[in-house]
Amino acid sequence: MAQEKIGVYVCHCGTNIAGKVDVEEVTRWAAEQPNVAVARNYKYMCSDPGQDLIKQDIKEHGITRAVVAACSPTMHEPTFRKAAADGGLNPYLLQMANIREHCSWVTVDGEAATAKAKRILGAQIHRLPLNEPLDPIEVPVNPNVMVVGGGIAGIEAALKLAQAGKKVYLVERDPSIGGHMAMFDKTFPTLDCAACILTPKMSAAGKEPHIEMLAYSEVTEVEGYVGNFKVKVRKKARYVDIDTCTGCGLCTEACVVRKVPNEFDRGLSKRAAAYIPFPQAVPLRATIDPTRCLTLTGKKCKQPCLTACGPGAIDFDQKDEEIEVEVGAIIVATGFELWDPTPEKRYSYGKLDNVLSSLEFERISNASGPTGGHILCKNGEPPKAVAILHCVGSRDENYQEFCSRVCCMYSLKFAHLIKEHLPECEVYECYIDMRTYGKGYEEFYKRLMNEDVHFIRGRAAEVTDVGLSPTEEGRLVVKVEDTLLGITRRLPVDMVILSSGLAPRSDAKETAQTFGFGCSANGFYLERHPKLEPVSTVTDGIFIAGCCQYPKDIPDTVAQAGAAAAGALALVDNPTVNVEPTISYIDPEKCSGCHICVGLCPHAAIQYNEEKGVAEVITAACKGCGVCVAACASGVPQQRGYLDEQIFAEIEGALAV
Amino acid sequence: MPAGEKIKICQQCGTCTGSCPTSSMMDYGPREVIAAFRAGMIDKVVKSNTIWLCTSCYSCTVRCPAGIKITDLMYELKRLGIKYDLLPKDTRNPAMTRYFIDNVLKYGRNHEVGLMARFMLAKDWSMPFNFAGLGIKLFTSGRLPLLPKQIRGKEEIAKMTAYLDAQEAKLQ
Amino acid sequence: MRYLYYPGCSAESTGMAYDISTRALMEKLGVELVELDDWNCCGATSYFSVRELDSFAIAARNLAIAQQQGDEDLCVICNACYTTLAKTNRYMADSPHVREQVQGALKAVGRRYDGTKPVRHIMDVLVNDVGLEAISEKVARRLTGIKVAPYYGCQYSRPIGSFDDTEDPQTMDRFFEALGADVLTDFPAKLKCCGGMMMLTNATGAVRLCHEILKSAEDLGADVIVAACPLCEMNLEGYQPNVNKAYGTHFHIPVMYFTQLAGLALGIDPKQLAIDKQVVSCAPVLAAIPA
Repeated sequence: MAQEKIGVYVCHCGTNIAGKVDVEEVTRWAAEQPNVAVARNYKYMCSDPGQDLIKQDIKEHGITRAVVAACSPTMHEPTFRKAAADGGLNPYLLQMANIREHCSWVTVDGEAATAKAKRILGAQIHRLPLNEPLDPIEVPVNPNVMVVGGGIAGIEAALKLAQAGKKVYLVERDPSIGGHMAMFDKTFPTLDCAACILTPKMSAAGKEPHIEMLAYSEVTEVEGYVGNFKVKVRKKARYVDIDTCTGCGLCTEACVVRKVPNEFDRGLSKRAAAYIPFPQAVPLRATIDPTRCLTLTGKKCKQPCLTACGPGAIDFDQKDEEIEVEVGAIIVATGFELWDPTPEKRYSYGKLDNVLSSLEFERISNASGPTGGHILCKNGEPPKAVAILHCVGSRDENYQEFCSRVCCMYSLKFAHLIKEHLPECEVYECYIDMRTYGKGYEEFYKRLMNEDVHFIRGRAAEVTDVGLSPTEEGRLVVKVEDTLLGITRRLPVDMVILSSGLAPRSDAKETAQTFGFGCSANGFYLERHPKLEPVSTVTDGIFIAGCCQYPKDIPDTVAQAGAAAAGALALVDNPTVNVEPTISYIDPEKCSGCHICVGLCPHAAIQYNEEKGVAEVITAACKGCGVCVAACASGVPQQRGYLDEQIFAEIEGALAV
Repeated sequence: MPAGEKIKICQQCGTCTGSCPTSSMMDYGPREVIAAFRAGMIDKVVKSNTIWLCTSCYSCTVRCPAGIKITDLMYELKRLGIKYDLLPKDTRNPAMTRYFIDNVLKYGRNHEVGLMARFMLAKDWSMPFNFAGLGIKLFTSGRLPLLPKQIRGKEEIAKMTAYLDAQEAKLQ
Repeated sequence: MRYLYYPGCSAESTGMAYDISTRALMEKLGVELVELDDWNCCGATSYFSVRELDSFAIAARNLAIAQQQGDEDLCVICNACYTTLAKTNRYMADSPHVREQVQGALKAVGRRYDGTKPVRHIMDVLVNDVGLEAISEKVARRLTGIKVAPYYGCQYSRPIGSFDDTEDPQTMDRFFEALGADVLTDFPAKLKCCGGMMMLTNATGAVRLCHEILKSAEDLGADVIVAACPLCEMNLEGYQPNVNKAYGTHFHIPVMYFTQLAGLALGIDPKQLAIDKQVVSCAPVLAAIPA
C-alpha cells in the first residue's frame, strides 16, 4: 500500500471555491500528505485542460490513485472518472472531495472554509489506498418504454417514441387521454383553438400501432432498474368491453342516473352514470361510473343501457385487472391540479354565485362547454363587468410560495375572450406583477391594453356581495387597493374569475415514491439537475416531463416531452447499458443464513440459497443502497466502493487534520 | 420586533391596504407605510395619522402573503412616535394611550369612567354632548361605576416596567 | 368541569352584563368558574404602543398567577383580553428574547411563568369542552324563529385562529343553531371591524364602520345581534343614535352578549342575565322567544 502514488487536484471553480477557500494553501498542505505524489490546483478542473492534468500525471508521473477536490460527485464524478479511464486508470480509483456544496458555499469565514476543505480532502486521501479497481456491470436493455400520464406531455412523448419505432405503453388514469389541455378553449398567445391542435395528436396516439393505450389504468408498482423495469398496471373495470364498444353513446342516453357532476366541465354540467367524458375522447369508449351506477351500487335498475347497447358491450361482471409490463425506460408525465381556491375564504369561492375558478371559466368560454361557449352568469345573463384576480393561492406564504408562470397569460386570454364575446363588458385584471415572459407574450399584453381592459395593480383583498351603493346592490364587489393610485377601490362586477396557481397533484408524493424519485420542497417532482438534467430523475431510466415537474405553459411542456422522449430513446436504443458496480456482495463463507437481509432488501435483490444455506445478492437487481450492509448482525454483506475499512479510513482521515 | 425582517420581502401587493377597514381615512395605507419604512422615510409615516387609525383588527396580518405582522409593525411605529414625540397634530389616540397606561399603572386595572372623563376634559369638550344620551343610559343602568377597583399587586406593574426599562438601557 | 376565569376590566363597568350573564350561564351548565386571584388589566392594544415587552409582561403576570392557582385552563370572555393573553403565550414560545425578558420582569416581582398556560375563549370552552349536544339538551326555551346575527369581532379568531377560522368563523353560528335559533349564517359583516377604541378618538370613522355592520344585519332582517366582546357590544349598541344621525337611518336593533341570549334559551331569569342593562331594549327579543 505504501507504494501508491496519489494525485491531488484542487479546483478553483472560478471564484466558487477559490473565493472562500485558500486553494494554494490546501494544495501545499495536500502535497505533504502520505502517499501524495502530485498536488495541483487549477481554475476549472472540469475543462479539457483540467482533465488533461489527470491524464498527463497518470502517464508521466505514474499516478495510481487520484482525488479531485471540487464540486459534488453528483455533478462531475462521471467526468473525472472518465478522464481517469482515458488516462489508463481504473475509474474507481478516483475519488471526489466535495469542497464546494459542502464547504465554500456554506461557510462564511474563509479560514474556517480552508480548514474544512483540508478535512474533506484529507478523508479521501486517507481512504484512496484502500480503493479497489471495479468494472462496470453490463446489463441488457428492454427496448420498450412506458409513458405515464396522457396529457399533452405524455401524448407528445409517446408519439415521438413511436415514431422512432419503439413500442410505447401509454397509461392514463382517466377514461380518456387529453388531460387539462382538452378542457381549454383557446390557447395563449396565438389564440389557436386547443381542440384543433390537440385532438389530431390524441387521435394519432389512438391509431398509432406502436402505442398500446392503457386508459382508465394506474401504475401500482415499479420494480427493476435501468433498462429492465417491471411495472404493474391496474386496469380499472369500465364495465364495458373496450373492443366491442363502438362509442355510439346510446348507453349514455338510456342511463337513468343523469345528475352526476361532469368532471370534464368541472361540475358545471351533469353527465349520466354511463358516459363518454367528451366527444373527442380517445379511446372513444363508454365507461360506467361504479360509484353512481344503480346496478353497481347494489340498487334496483331496469338496466336500459343493456337493451340500448347494440353490440352488447356492457359487462357488469367486469373486474379490475392487474397486468405486468416490462420496459427499459419510463417517462412520468402526471401533470398538475388546479390550486383549489376554497381555503382562500375571503374570495367567497363556493359560497357566492359567479365566483369561478379559472378552469370553470375555461369551460364556460368553451364552445363544447356547459353554456355552449356563451359567457353567462348563473342567471343566464351575460355579465356587464368581470374581475379577474391574479395570484390566487400563489406567491403566498400561507399557500403556495411560488409563481405558477401561466396565470398572468391565461388571465389575459380570458380578458380577450370576454371582450371578444361581449365587447361592452368591463374587464378588470387585478395583478401584483404582470409576467409575460414568453415568445409573443408581451405583445399579447399590449394587445389587451389596446382592447381597453382595466389593469389594476393590486392583489384583491376580498370579494363580497354586500353592496354599499345602488350600483353595487345585487352584484359582486371586489375590494382592491389600486397601488398605483394609492386608493382602495370597490369594483362592482357580475363575475369574478380566480386565477389559481398550478399545484402538484395531491398524490404526487406517493407517485414519486412508486417510481423511486423525490419531490422538491414545493411538491413537484424533483429533476436530477435543475438546468442540465431537467427531465432526468435520480433513478436512471426514469424521466419526467410537463407540469408534474413545475408549472409550465404548453410550448414548454411539449419541448420537455420531446426532451424526455429523446432521453428515453438514447437509453433504449442501445442493446445494453452499464450499471454502477458499487453493489453489495455476501461472502458465503461468513453468512450464517439468518435471512434478515432477505426481508429488508427494498429491491428484492437478495435471495436465499436453500442448498448452500446462505443469502446471495442478485447482481442485476442490487441498487447499492446499503440496507443489507447496515442490517447484518455479523457485518457480512459489504458494498463495493463503500467497504467498512474504506469508510473508517475516511473518518480517520477527516479527524486526523 | 419578532419576525420584523419580513418587511424585506413585501411585494407591495396592497392586500393589507385593501383589507384595512380604516385605510380610506389614513394619510398612507399600510402598504405605503412599509414602502416608506424601506425607503428610510419612517418619520414621514410616524407623523401621519395612519398608525393611530389602526384598530388592531389584524385583517392585514392574517392575509399578508409575505407573512408580515403588519399590526405589530403599527404598534412599533406608535412606540417610535411616542418615544421621539413625533405625533400628528390632530390625532387624539396618543393621549388616550397615555391615560390608559396611567390608569393601569395606578390601579392595576383600567377604570373606564376615569379614562373617559380624563380624555374628555383634556381633549374633547364636545364629546360629553355628542355622547350624552349614551352616558346617561350607561350610568343609570349601573354600567359606569365611579370608583376604580384596585388590585393588591398594583405596584408589581410598575416594578416590571422598571425592570424592562433597565434591561433596555443595558442593551443600548 | 372547572376553569380559572379572567373577567377583564370591562366586566367591572360597561361590560358588566357580559360577566354577570357568563357566570349565570356557566353555573346552569354545571361549569365552575374560579376567578383569577388579583388579576390585572391584560394591557389591551394600548400597552403594545408603549413597549411590546411591557405588554407581554403585564399580560404574563395574569398567566403566572393562573399557573400558580390551578391546573385548569384559563377561560377569557373578552376578545381583546383573549388575544392579548394568547398572543403572549405565542410570542413567548416563538421568540427566545421575549421569553427571557418577560420571565426576567416576572422574576423581579417574585413570579414565575413557563409560557404554557392554555388560554381559552369562552366560546371555545362551550363548543369544544361542554359540547353543543350537551348544551342543546339543556335548552328550556328554544330560540325558534329568532333571527340571530352572530357578530364575532376582530380579535375573536384573528390573528391566531386557534379555535376558529380567521376569515370565516363558524363556532357562534353552530352554537346558536344548537339553541334552535334562526342563525343568519351568511352574515357578511360578522368579522368587520366595529371601530374599537376609535369610537372615542375618531368618532366619525368608527360610526361609519358601525353603520356598515348594522346595515348588513338589518338587511338580513336580524332580530338581534349577538357579540362576544364588550367593546364591540358597546359600540354596536350604544352608538346607534349617532349612526342614525350621521346616516339618516333608523336603527334600533337589540344587541346582546351571546351569553345573555344563550342564558334565556336555557331558561335563566332575564334579571340574572342583566338584560335590563342593555341600552337598546331587548323586550322584543324576550317577547319573541317561544315559552
